[in-house]
Amino acid sequence: MPAKTPEQINEDLLRPLAGVSARYLIVLACFVTVVIAGFTAFGWQVYHGIGVAGIRRPVFWGFYITNFVFWIGLSHAGTLISAILRLANATWRRPVTRCAEVITVFALSIGAMFPIIHLGRPWLFFWLVPYPSERGILPNIHSPLLWDFFAISTYLLGSGTFLLLPILPDLALVRDHATGLRKKIYTVLAIGWRGTPRQWHRLEKAMQIMAIAVIPVAVSVHSIVSWDFAMAPVPMWHSTIFAPYFVAGAIFSGIAALIIAMGLLRKFLHLEEYLLPIHFDNLGKLLLVMSLLWVYFVFAERLTTWYGNEPSEMAVFWLTQRGSYSPLFWTMVTCNFLIPFPLLAIKKLRTITGTVIASVGVVIGMWLERFLIIVPALSHKYLPYSWGTYRPTWVEITITAATFAAMAMLYMLFSKFIPIISVWELKWGQHPEPERDSVLLRKDEEATA
Amino acid sequence: MVIDLDRCTGCEACVVACHAENNISTVGEDQAARGRAKHWIRVERYYDGEFPDVKVKFMPVLCQQCDAAPCEPVCPTFASYHTTEGLNGQVYNRCIGTRYCANACPYNVRFFNFYNPAWDKPLHLQLNPDVSIRSVGTMEKCTFCVQRIKAGEIQAEAEKREVKDGEIQPACVQSCPTRAMVFGDLNDPNSEVSRMARSNRATKLLGELGTLPKVTYLQRDSWHAGEDT
Repeated sequence: MPAKTPEQINEDLLRPLAGVSARYLIVLACFVTVVIAGFTAFGWQVYHGIGVAGIRRPVFWGFYITNFVFWIGLSHAGTLISAILRLANATWRRPVTRCAEVITVFALSIGAMFPIIHLGRPWLFFWLVPYPSERGILPNIHSPLLWDFFAISTYLLGSGTFLLLPILPDLALVRDHATGLRKKIYTVLAIGWRGTPRQWHRLEKAMQIMAIAVIPVAVSVHSIVSWDFAMAPVPMWHSTIFAPYFVAGAIFSGIAALIIAMGLLRKFLHLEEYLLPIHFDNLGKLLLVMSLLWVYFVFAERLTTWYGNEPSEMAVFWLTQRGSYSPLFWTMVTCNFLIPFPLLAIKKLRTITGTVIASVGVVIGMWLERFLIIVPALSHKYLPYSWGTYRPTWVEITITAATFAAMAMLYMLFSKFIPIISVWELKWGQHPEPERDSVLLRKDEEATA
Repeated sequence: MVIDLDRCTGCEACVVACHAENNISTVGEDQAARGRAKHWIRVERYYDGEFPDVKVKFMPVLCQQCDAAPCEPVCPTFASYHTTEGLNGQVYNRCIGTRYCANACPYNVRFFNFYNPAWDKPLHLQLNPDVSIRSVGTMEKCTFCVQRIKAGEIQAEAEKREVKDGEIQPACVQSCPTRAMVFGDLNDPNSEVSRMARSNRATKLLGELGTLPKVTYLQRDSWHAGEDT
């Protein structure tokens, strides 16, 4: 790509912020409608009782916890990938990082709602929060659900900071180019960023610290989510492989979500000159590695279960392998491996379209994986007398659809208010050291002027 | 508690008595078909052999009041906890309905209130005043009729004596026509329940999971041997 001048970059990347088209508003309205439908369904559930959902004895966790694990998993797109790429100093990452970090923050916010949505008495959710209360008891630190609370809030705080820090220079840039009310708003948002060398130095330092800090947090979050299951003596749940299996699956679905988001942004925001085939190619290779790792984990988990031949585990094993859940299981294998593998392994097919198709498959497959971990195990626990099946109701389906709409809605709104590609990082990438300084100096002069 | 499976006829008197004693609401046909029925004690039926040469085994299953209960550590709000007497307590007011305990329970003896309970008139007049009503979104389960245990202890204390063996009976034990169920103090090695629990017919349900259940089942070995007898 021929190097663009800073002015060109400004113009291209700030363009989406300038205004909205009718098409944008219509699409946004559609998503908003679905999100409202989701909230209505939740209101319906609170009013009538959790019984309007499809959960039953013995499958006490269904779509809601599936969505919880899925969205928390998807949130590994960003922060983890962008932190690793930053630390590895992969220069191609520059246009990618913010797209990824935004997915993290939104997916995490959506996922974190499900532990509340699924409660029998959601109006008492704050009893999970450790605070000195009139009830005289703190939450039970032995419960993995409490670990969840700490892990998710830490990750949300960390990834939020990680997203917001490098946005500051861009907010200042928007401020400098805006007029009227917009200027006032962005002045407040930019919290006094003037681009002095000292500020740049501190930003660099802070990003370095956050990138290192956020990686163990990300790994811990999905390990803890997996322990929600692995800590319970349920057949096929009680397994030591779960934590790494879940983390790998999370990164897998996260990369897929990132590729889909980048594909859509490229098309609709006309970023063809910024999100290049090389980005999709590189991320496609990462996705391929994770796909292979996923197959390896599934194989290892299934093989040890089968070889161990423990009756209660085998009941669940065969249920998913060739029983009533087998169509879902084999769809999952197809979506997570059989389709993505050729698309990503063959260089000719690893195009933008190819990687996006593979990614759509992976997102579907990983949702199914979460479902298949939770539901079949619960429906076939130890005593055959209490076996049962699960069917979701319209309430659960509506709320699930609403989460996808919410993700799209939040992403659309974000890309209209903040440059979705980090402008200053891109400039640094295009203009190495000597020129970079001049860019910075110019910024400084602008600020003092 | 000891349950003698060789005596159980599967009459389900225990189930009815439990419903009456513990204010367990019925949920109606539709909801029962969707797996929302609540029976703190249930009689599981297992069949051995082909018709007409069938042997039926009845097994009353209730909360096993495990000493190492999987339901307890997973509850974030201490709604499910171990009492000083060794029971698995369930504090309805603390429950926020994560349903984690019911998933962790290997015996599936925890029941969830998917809706607020309701009784057709005039059945609401027969509720037991000693047992609280559970609202929507809370978990409930067998308490070993803790209200009867407490009442027995208070009575004994008032009369300045120890609780006598067999004095306290949960509703299921009291109503069993074949006396298949025996309740008592396992800490007292001379109680009837302790003596029976030492029987060579004694087994624990899913004992291999290490939950240390406090319910002991008695059964002839032939049940294990199946068709060989």
